[in-house]
Amino acid sequence: MKKNKSAIQRRLIPSYIFLTFWSLISVFPLYWMITAATNTTVEVARGKIWFGTNAAENFNKLISQNDLWGSMANSFKYSIVQTLLCLFVCSLAGFGFELYHDKIKDRLFALLLLAMMVPQVATMIPLFKMASGMKLLNSVWGFILPSISTPFMIMMFRQNSRNFPVDIMEAARMDGLSEVAIFFRMYLPVMKSTYAAAAVITFMNAWNSYLWPKVVMLDNSAQTMPMLIANLAAGYTIDYGVLMMGVLFCSIPTMVIFFILQKQFAEGITGAVK
Amino acid sequence: MDTKKKGFGLLAKQRAAGWAFLTPATLLIFIMSFYPMVQAFIMSLKTGSSANMQWGNPITYNYARMFQDKLFQRSIGNTFLYLIIEVPIMLIFAVLLAQLLNEKHLRFKGIFRTCVFLPCATSLVSYALIFKSLFATQGLINTVLVHLGIFSENYNFLGTPASAKAVIIIALIWRWTGYNMVFYLAGLQNIEYSVYEAAKIDGATGWKTFWYVTVPLLKPVIVMTFIMSINGTLQLFDESVNLTKGGPANTTITMSHYIYNNSFDGVANFGYACAMSFVVFIMVAILAAINMKVGDTRD
Repeated sequence: MKKNKSAIQRRLIPSYIFLTFWSLISVFPLYWMITAATNTTVEVARGKIWFGTNAAENFNKLISQNDLWGSMANSFKYSIVQTLLCLFVCSLAGFGFELYHDKIKDRLFALLLLAMMVPQVATMIPLFKMASGMKLLNSVWGFILPSISTPFMIMMFRQNSRNFPVDIMEAARMDGLSEVAIFFRMYLPVMKSTYAAAAVITFMNAWNSYLWPKVVMLDNSAQTMPMLIANLAAGYTIDYGVLMMGVLFCSIPTMVIFFILQKQFAEGITGAVK
Repeated sequence: MDTKKKGFGLLAKQRAAGWAFLTPATLLIFIMSFYPMVQAFIMSLKTGSSANMQWGNPITYNYARMFQDKLFQRSIGNTFLYLIIEVPIMLIFAVLLAQLLNEKHLRFKGIFRTCVFLPCATSLVSYALIFKSLFATQGLINTVLVHLGIFSENYNFLGTPASAKAVIIIALIWRWTGYNMVFYLAGLQNIEYSVYEAAKIDGATGWKTFWYVTVPLLKPVIVMTFIMSINGTLQLFDESVNLTKGGPANTTITMSHYIYNNSFDGVANFGYACAMSFVVFIMVAILAAINMKVGDTRD
């Protein structure tokens, strides 16, 4: 038996080698980003891949020339508001589409799925005109309105609602619970894990979005973290230490979420396909 | 009679509730996706600056212009080059990694999976800037290559069209392989172990099992990742803007980047930009339809 085990492990040696190789490649750029944030731009250019002593200097340069805290606050504000609204609106729709479904609703749902194929650049100009007409440029509403309701999220909640026990719903109705109460008092608690996965993926998407904020958030005071770091790299001479310090700050929230909620993140990505 | 009426009332109430639940999301999609799409099409038939747009003369003016626009054609070429090279390589690596990680006896599974998945934790702008820095003329990759004696002097990766494209493709593979791996891993875990046992009894070996058992069972997932990757690649924007700025001399620019430049960078040419974006929409739709057709052949 023991011999058998070691034979299996020996057979897996190529797997280990390849996985180790790929893991190193995956991790290295991020490791390098962190070390580069602690080095001077000259050290970065020389190819130093160990931690340096210039972190404080880089950080001071970053906050003296850029509104780091303002952009961090903006990114958090937009992402949190978008996540809360998106979850509420899309879960409500997923609940309605699945648990009250009939032929017309199923057709309507199929129609909504077509919106997945609409590219962002195609709606960008009309939405920009709409946002500026409604005086929503540079506001949190301008940022979130196009992404509150997405076919992907509705589909995710709809698919996951299949496991929701319908008999209990009937029983609740017998007890005189209203439909709204069923949603808040029964559906919400039962679907907790779907909400968690949806929240992680929506927050990540909102935090990382770039094209749309670049279109509507024109004031410096409204800019997000991805916009801030993109500006750091826009000049002709780039201070790589400062740039990587900015990239690090932009990545911390998503990395923290990744390490704490990796399972939910993976579920959120694959959520709509079951 | 009375109870029947009451029962009917309840049912109607339920039906109304169902509609009420799905209305906000549905309305938002109509207002924020479908209506703008129609508007974009109408605008694509117009010319002039954003405040003062008139019908094109002829009405297809913007569409005809694309045939003359070498730069737009190049942006289509670039985008498809990224698509054709990057997507297959990435998906093959993703399937392979998922297959390796699904091995029952593999140790340190969690650590490997986390590492492979990790690039997804970075924003698109972040990783584009990290790769821009790594491949800079005075950057780490150059330093290493010169030290190893592979290059005699620093090479301007992002300043040369061919290598700039290669860097974009490498960066894309780095960022998205783990993402797709997650789908395949989820798909593989749904395959019953007994299916493999049966294949073993029938005498199928490693590769044969993979090709004749795993791949067919994964087909729906493979089709879906293909559609998503195509959709994503055709809309490539952040990388083109932040890694190469579309350069050198617009040789790496993507369709979305070029459309953005025509809309908000310098002269706003909304009509033309809408026409180009409509073409992108049609490409996405056609490719998705082909993919679904191919994926639908059940045998």
